[in-house]
Amino acid sequence: MRVTADQDQCCGSGMCALTAPELFDQREEDGLVVVLQPSPPAALHAAAKEAESLCPSGAIRVLEQDPDDQTADA
Amino acid sequence: MTLTASQTDPPAFPAARGRCPFDPPPAYEDARREAPVCRVRLFDGTPAWMITRHEDVRTVLGDQRFSADASKPGFPFLTEARRTLSMEGQSFVRMDDPEHGRLRRMLTGDFMLKRIEALRPQVQQLAEDLLDRMTADRAEADLVAEFALPLPSLVICLMLGVPYEDHEYFQACSRTFLDNRSTAAQIEQSRRGLLRYLGDLAEKKRRDPDGGIISRLANREGLGPDEVASMSVLLLVAGHETTANMTALSVLALLRNPDQLARLRAEPALIRGAVEELLRYLSIAQAGLVRVATADMTVGGQEIRAGEGVILMINAANRDEEVFPSGGELDVERAARRHVAFGFGVHQCLGQPLARLELQIALEAVLRRLPSLRLAIAFEQVPFKHEMSIYGVHALPVAW
Repeated sequence: MRVTADQDQCCGSGMCALTAPELFDQREEDGLVVVLQPSPPAALHAAAKEAESLCPSGAIRVLEQDPDDQTADA
Repeated sequence: MTLTASQTDPPAFPAARGRCPFDPPPAYEDARREAPVCRVRLFDGTPAWMITRHEDVRTVLGDQRFSADASKPGFPFLTEARRTLSMEGQSFVRMDDPEHGRLRRMLTGDFMLKRIEALRPQVQQLAEDLLDRMTADRAEADLVAEFALPLPSLVICLMLGVPYEDHEYFQACSRTFLDNRSTAAQIEQSRRGLLRYLGDLAEKKRRDPDGGIISRLANREGLGPDEVASMSVLLLVAGHETTANMTALSVLALLRNPDQLARLRAEPALIRGAVEELLRYLSIAQAGLVRVATADMTVGGQEIRAGEGVILMINAANRDEEVFPSGGELDVERAARRHVAFGFGVHQCLGQPLARLELQIALEAVLRRLPSLRLAIAFEQVPFKHEMSIYGVHALPVAW
């Protein structure tokens, strides 16, 4: 899984940091989204999807397949 | 009742509530089941689309081709007074990106989770102090006047750097803003007064800065005095009325659902989830959220043309059975976080971390400190805010 966030789209609602604090934080100076774990372990995949779905501005994108993860092919 | 998109005489908006004062007007819930994107008639007879399903509400609020800019042609106004005043002194809630984003981002840091969470001990102390005073020598009080309203007012004053001793003035102005019966002249007077009051305060802080938000805005490059004043008005009004209403209405809803109240008392750790459920169940933004389409769009299978107004019914969407099974019931253990009580899209409530913190603290403190809490008047006598754009109760006489 690959988690990305677009700070230009982010409206700083903090929904991601509230929903999945292991995966997202807010930048100190303006509260915009920071991804803590771009390739989260399987245990956090559901939380990542939930954060994507709850993000009000559509700033968070979750790809099931991590393009950098060579081991994910099967 | 059957509502269809082709109906020639659409029902009037807003509709009245039914028997249960916690439920949305039955007409909105009927619409959600039968015609989730339907025509309604506004106060002056102009038509608008009313949208009631959770998914459709999220779709519209998440798409900036539906504009929040009240100066755009076709923007739906819910009262004559609001239409008259639409263009002047508006804050960024009535703007679109990029202008909206530029101004909002000057505040997102102040309301981020970590910064709000750091206020917890202070807010907790304020709540305990208010309850100390309320219970010192009485066993009966108005919970709105003595607790639900002062708590968020004190907190937002602290954050903004507004003297709390002026609270009667700004609370009265806020009430005028939110009252659907206010005339344009009354709203104008309140708005001008508050803009001047907060503009003067900002000017003082330009000379003599403090650690508050207004001081920081006032001393920021590239932000004019008018922008500082309108942002300050928005923060001050939004910062106390909404949480005050949610607090009092939540206490009342829990008193009317004694099993839920007992559940929450037995397990105070449920408070975070309970607050989300109360936000969902009560959905106090009873006037809905308004937008105007700037392109031809299709929502829920219905075509909406550029220049047509839409009203997003938060309260109906938050009872949508497809997302919240048995949505008409209050269940403090429900996973309710998909609610749209704070809206959705780039305009979603900036102050939501603060609202959550205040509600968690306020409700936990009331339940813990007042174990024999009860209504001091008959339920039928409780004065609900039917005529305000934000729902709540005008007073909540309780005993303990």
